[in-house]
Parts: sequence; C-alpha cells; structure tokens
Amino acid sequence: MEFNLDLNTIWFILIGLLLTGYAILDGFDLGIGALHLLVKKDIDRRVMLNSIGPVWDGNEVWLVTGGGALFAAFPDVYATVFSGFYNAIIMLLFMLIFRAVAIEFRSKRPMKWWRQTWDVAFSFASILIAFIMGIALGNIITGIPLDSSKEYIGTFWDMINPYTVLVGITTVALFMMHGSIYGVLKTEGELNQKLKGWVNNSIIFFVICYVTTTMATLIYFPNMARHFKDFPPLFALALLNMLAIANIPREIHHGREFRAFLSSAASIASLLALFAVGIFPNIVLSNPNPEFSLTIYNAASSQKTLTIMLIIAAIGVPFVLAYTISIYWIFRGKVKLTNMSY
Amino acid sequence: MDVEILARLQFAITIAFHYIYPPLSIGLGVFMVITEGMYLKTKDKFYEQMTKFWVKVFALTFAIGVATGIVMEFEFGTNWATYSRFVGDVFGSALAAEGIFAFFLESGFLAVLVFGWDKVGPKMHFFATLMVALGSMFSAIWIVVANSWMQTPAGYHIVGEGMNARAEITDFWAMVFNPSSVDRLLHTISGCWLAGAFLVISVAAYYLLKDKHIRFAKSSIRIALIMALIASLFQLFTGHQSAVGVAKNQPAKLAAMEAVFDDQTHAPLYLFGWVNEDKQEVKFGIAIPSMLSYLIGWDANTKVTGLNSFPEDERPPVNIVFQAYHLMVAIGFMLIAISVLGVFLWWKGTLFKHRWLLWIFVFSVLLPQIANQIGWITAEVGRQPWIVYGLMRTSEGLSKAVQAGQVWYSLIMFTLIYIGLFILFIYLLNNKIQHGPEEADLIPSEIGHPKA
Repeated sequence: MEFNLDLNTIWFILIGLLLTGYAILDGFDLGIGALHLLVKKDIDRRVMLNSIGPVWDGNEVWLVTGGGALFAAFPDVYATVFSGFYNAIIMLLFMLIFRAVAIEFRSKRPMKWWRQTWDVAFSFASILIAFIMGIALGNIITGIPLDSSKEYIGTFWDMINPYTVLVGITTVALFMMHGSIYGVLKTEGELNQKLKGWVNNSIIFFVICYVTTTMATLIYFPNMARHFKDFPPLFALALLNMLAIANIPREIHHGREFRAFLSSAASIASLLALFAVGIFPNIVLSNPNPEFSLTIYNAASSQKTLTIMLIIAAIGVPFVLAYTISIYWIFRGKVKLTNMSY
Repeated sequence: MDVEILARLQFAITIAFHYIYPPLSIGLGVFMVITEGMYLKTKDKFYEQMTKFWVKVFALTFAIGVATGIVMEFEFGTNWATYSRFVGDVFGSALAAEGIFAFFLESGFLAVLVFGWDKVGPKMHFFATLMVALGSMFSAIWIVVANSWMQTPAGYHIVGEGMNARAEITDFWAMVFNPSSVDRLLHTISGCWLAGAFLVISVAAYYLLKDKHIRFAKSSIRIALIMALIASLFQLFTGHQSAVGVAKNQPAKLAAMEAVFDDQTHAPLYLFGWVNEDKQEVKFGIAIPSMLSYLIGWDANTKVTGLNSFPEDERPPVNIVFQAYHLMVAIGFMLIAISVLGVFLWWKGTLFKHRWLLWIFVFSVLLPQIANQIGWITAEVGRQPWIVYGLMRTSEGLSKAVQAGQVWYSLIMFTLIYIGLFILFIYLLNNKIQHGPEEADLIPSEIGHPKA
C-alpha cells in the first residue's frame, strides 16, 4: 500500500495523538481509581484522590476534545461507532458521570457510609471505563458488521467475545500499572511503600495480559501485522514498545520512579502507535464485508474542513501543551492535604 | 413511543439539566474576577475570603457541568448519527474548536483556581481566575455558534444526493458569523450573567435575613446588583435584536412566538394568552395593537408572515413556543424591576432595611434559571420540525442503528441519575451556604482597621 502524508493521514495521526494524550493522562488517574479500594485508611484514600485532584478534570478534556475532533474530521466514524456501540457508550457516559461525582462529593461529608459508597463508585467506575475502552479498541481490531450505508448491523453482544474481553482486561492492567507508578511519585511514608509493592504486582499482571494479547492478535488477526511485513523498519516500533515495558521494572528497581513513569507513558504511546499502524488506513474495519470499512478517505470531512481544523489545531495545541505542562509543574511533588482538598 | 420522540425527550432532558450549570459557572466566573480583582487592588483579605467562598460554589457547579457536558458531546453521535453525518463537516469544527480553545483553558486553570491558593502568588492566581472565566465564555461562544448555524445555516453548500448528501463548509467565517450567532450569543451570555448574579444575591440576602456574615453579604449584594442591572438591561436590547433576527431569518418561529396565523400588517403583541391551535385563535389574551409590527420594523405597517403561509408540515408547535416565549419576556422585565429597585434603594441608603425585599432576593435565584430554560425551549421548539433550519428535518436526523428499547433504557437511566445528581447538588450547595465564608468577617480589614 502506498503511503502519502495527505490531510486525511495527518488527521488520522492527530486524532491518534489526542487519544494517546488521553490514555497517558487519564490512564494514570483511572489506574489510581482502580487501585483505590485496596487502600483502607480514610486519610490514605484522600491522598490517593488528591494525587489526581487538580488534574483529572483536565485529563478528561482530552477525551472530550478527541470526540469533538473525530466528529469534525471523520463524522462517519463518529456517527457509526457512537450509534452502533450505543449501549456501551451510554454505559461509559454513566460511569464518567459517577466517577466525576464520586471524586467531587466523597470528602464533602464525614459519614463513613457516605465515603464508602463514593469510594466504591469511584473505583468501580474507573475500572469499567478502562474496560469499556479496551472492548472498543478490541472491536476495532476484530472488525464489526457494517452495511453498505456505513451503519452498524450487529447487536450489543456481538461486541463481547473472548478477544475483546482480553483487550479490555489488558487495558485495565495497563492503567493499573501506570496509576501505581504515578501514585508512588505523589505519596510518602507507609502508603508509598504499599504502592511500590503494587507497582511490581501490576507490572506482572500487565506483562501476562500483554503477551497473551499480542499472541492472540498475531494468531487470529494477522492482518494487524501486514504493514510490518511490507515495511520492516516499522518493526522498530514493536522493539521500542518492548524496551519501554522492560525498562519499567529496571527503573523501579533503581528507585527512579519518575523515569519509570516516563517509560510507562512511552509504552502506552508505542502500544497505541502499533495499533494505529495495524488498522491504517481503516479506522473501522467491517467484518464480514471488508469493502464496507470506514477508511480515512471514505469517512472524512472535506479537504477544506480538514485544512481549517489543521489551522485551529496549529493555533490551539501550543497553548494546550503550555497549560498542561504548567499545571503539572505547579502541582509537582508529594500530595499535601489542605482545606481546599477533596 | 417511537425512537424519534424518545430521542428528542432524552436530548431535551439531558440538555436542560446540563444547562442549569454552565450559566452559573459563567456568571460566577465574572463575579469572582471582580472580587479577586478588588482583592488585588485593595489588598483587603476580606475580598480574598469572599472569592474563596464563591470559588467553592463555582467548583461544585463546574463539576456537574463537565460531567453532564460530556454526555452532550457524545449524544449527537449516539442518538443523532444521521444528523452527525450530515453536519459533521460544518458543526464538528465548531465543537472541536470549543474543545481546543475553551475546555483546556477552563479545566487547566480551574486546578490553579481551586487548589492553587498556596502554590502560586496572588497575581498568578488572579490570572487563573480570569482564564477560567474567559474559558467558560469561549465555550459559550463556540456552542452558540454551532447552534446558531442550525438556526440560520450559512457558509456551506450541499454535496452529494439522497442518502449521501451532506453539508460541507465553504466559508468558515460566514459559518461562525451566521446571521443569528452574534445576537444569540450576546443574549445567552447576559442570561448567564443574570444566573450568576442572582445566585449571589439570593445567598447573600439569606445571610442578611439570618443576621449572619453581614459584611460579606452586603458587599456581595452590591457587586452582584450592578452586574444584574447591566445584564438585565442589556438583555432587553439583545432580546429585541434576536427577535428582529428571528422575524427576518426564521419567520415561522416568530409567527409561533406571537401566534400570528395570517399574514398581516399592524400585528398585535400579546402580553399573555392561551393559543388554540386548531381554531387558530388566542384565548384570554391581552394584546397591544400593532406593537409586534412596530417592534420588528419600527413601523406599524411592517408585514408579519403568518403560520398559514407555511406548508402544514413546516410549522412549529404554537402554544408551547408562545407560552415559553411570553414567560421568558415577563421574567426579563421582572429581573429589570428587581435590579432597578435594588439599585434605587441602595442609592437612597435603605437597601438592606426592607425584609420583604430580601425575601424577594432570596427567591429571585429561580427567575434567570427559568428564563434561560424556556428561552432555549422557544429557540429549539420554535425551529421544529427542522433540526437544521430548512435543510434537514428532526425526524431525518436519527441514528439508524438504535432501537426504541435502547433509548427507553438510557432515557430512564439518565432521568434517574440526573434526579439523584440534582438532589445531591442542592444538598451540597445548602451545606456550603450553611457553612458560609471562612471567618470572612473576623478578619479585620487592613484598610478599615489599620494595625495600631
């Protein structure tokens, strides 16, 4: 297949970058949520919540903007996926609401039952959000039944199969690992020691899932590897991915948590890059009837809109990066609870 | 019920509930910029404490606004997929611009606003407050632009035929500045200012009635009253401009707003009434003769197009639009009356002496909220049966892959979850109000009480 860096490809990459930004940033706060119930003391739970306190809202904006950009650049993908995956998307929305509300309201009242309820909601929602997103990614790899007018013709249960569930679990494991490393960066004392133990456990959990998913993909969906066969230099990406993952326990072992976190972020980014190369130039594969697939060409907006959006992105993205970096800089270091904390 | 009714109900419920919160955030944002600006100028700690109290209320409204806002961003795709395919090329770019220019700005600086009091200096903190307030208004700009394009599409052409037809952008700025966007944006923003100002007035008046936090309350009311006076008078102007725009660009909507059935000059302006749509008459109504014609053209001979000039399947429901519109206008005048009265008594020096007025202040918080909601009902129901005026019918915009059962399920769940959220919101808001500002009145003003 011939590769041109045209507007459609640029937007495929840009939306990929937005979703990668989302996965790296919201990934660690979903991971903190997934681990939340393992922390027992109220004060420690508050530290966990406040480690993501100032940033989780901004992290979620990456998803919102990713959704908006998908709507603008590939309206057919937005329409097909969101209406086709109706039940899953609605469930995702409910979980995003529960999670936001749980974070906001948990520490507002002192009663034990109140806090316990919101803790469960927060943790359960975090896990389910990661799981649903994994299921969605899995379905993009397996392909979904589409008709000639780009409409989804399957049912909700068609989305659930051993492979998509496996990708869902892998996503949860990935975010748990990522979140536990972030937690180590933000905490002190006993909680910090506890989180360090979880880093090791979650790395093992993730690596098992990762290897299984990779094998399953290569065996059952060899199509994902075709560009790597056609253009071997791409294999560097796979190598980078494996090195990034292998580097995490090494950095942890040397007590360099920040570098471990960067390594974990790099493994998320390279995993998504492998995924993107695997599906290109399709965005949504149709299975059966691959001729009905939504590609970066037949599902895209006009060249004029893609150009306008590129200008908007060129103006906006430097600002976005500047805010994001400043916010993380301002709130660097260990969590200290104050009267404005959650 | 069929998918269309269910999907419309769901959109109506989710957007109406969402729209309780952004106006409060936008209005409170302006208020916080003023109070924190006064803190920077006077160095009086009192204003800092005052800002801190309203920041907590702001954070609460903002959190629910974001949580319910994500739903809106996804709902076009889930329930209105055919619409999304049709407008994505035009509408999507406004939505994406909102994400890039507004949401990142708001959510990033919100962290500093809420959690950054000890992390950054006062000037940087003020900058963050300013950016959050600006971000919330940018958000309003892009979303009103997108909605206005659905009312008065411009800067596009239709490409393809039948099932594959879609609107594609030809002129970005013509899309942004479509004939209704500026009027509707100003009208919406001043509605938001009113929502914020009257929340402040209401809470502060409650403190005065309870004889608590006196200095905080008086100071809050004074600042908010000025905001309310400016916004309510400006609302009269933008409301007029919007109505003239509707007369020109969406005559069927104007005809429904005033229940005009036959084309006429010297069209009357109803103060109130009840429309019988079958008999095409207004019952129990009182009207000012010729006033509608006069208002939209400054001339009683201005011709108003009646509903009968439109094919039957291109007319919006009349009574609901008529009622929503007239109640909104009535509330608009009430808000002007309350603001003017407040400022007048302030000038006379008796503002805080009348308990009846304080009670009116306490309940006044509901007025802008109701007006904002029914204003949108006027705008959106008045656009029916079109989802994009003149281009696509609401019934044509639905998702083909979604069944009625699925929408039933999500509709019921949204309703239950939102009722729960609302109860929680009121409970926590009440908690914050009962708790009050942190010792604001205990800290001596460094200006008023210089250290001896």
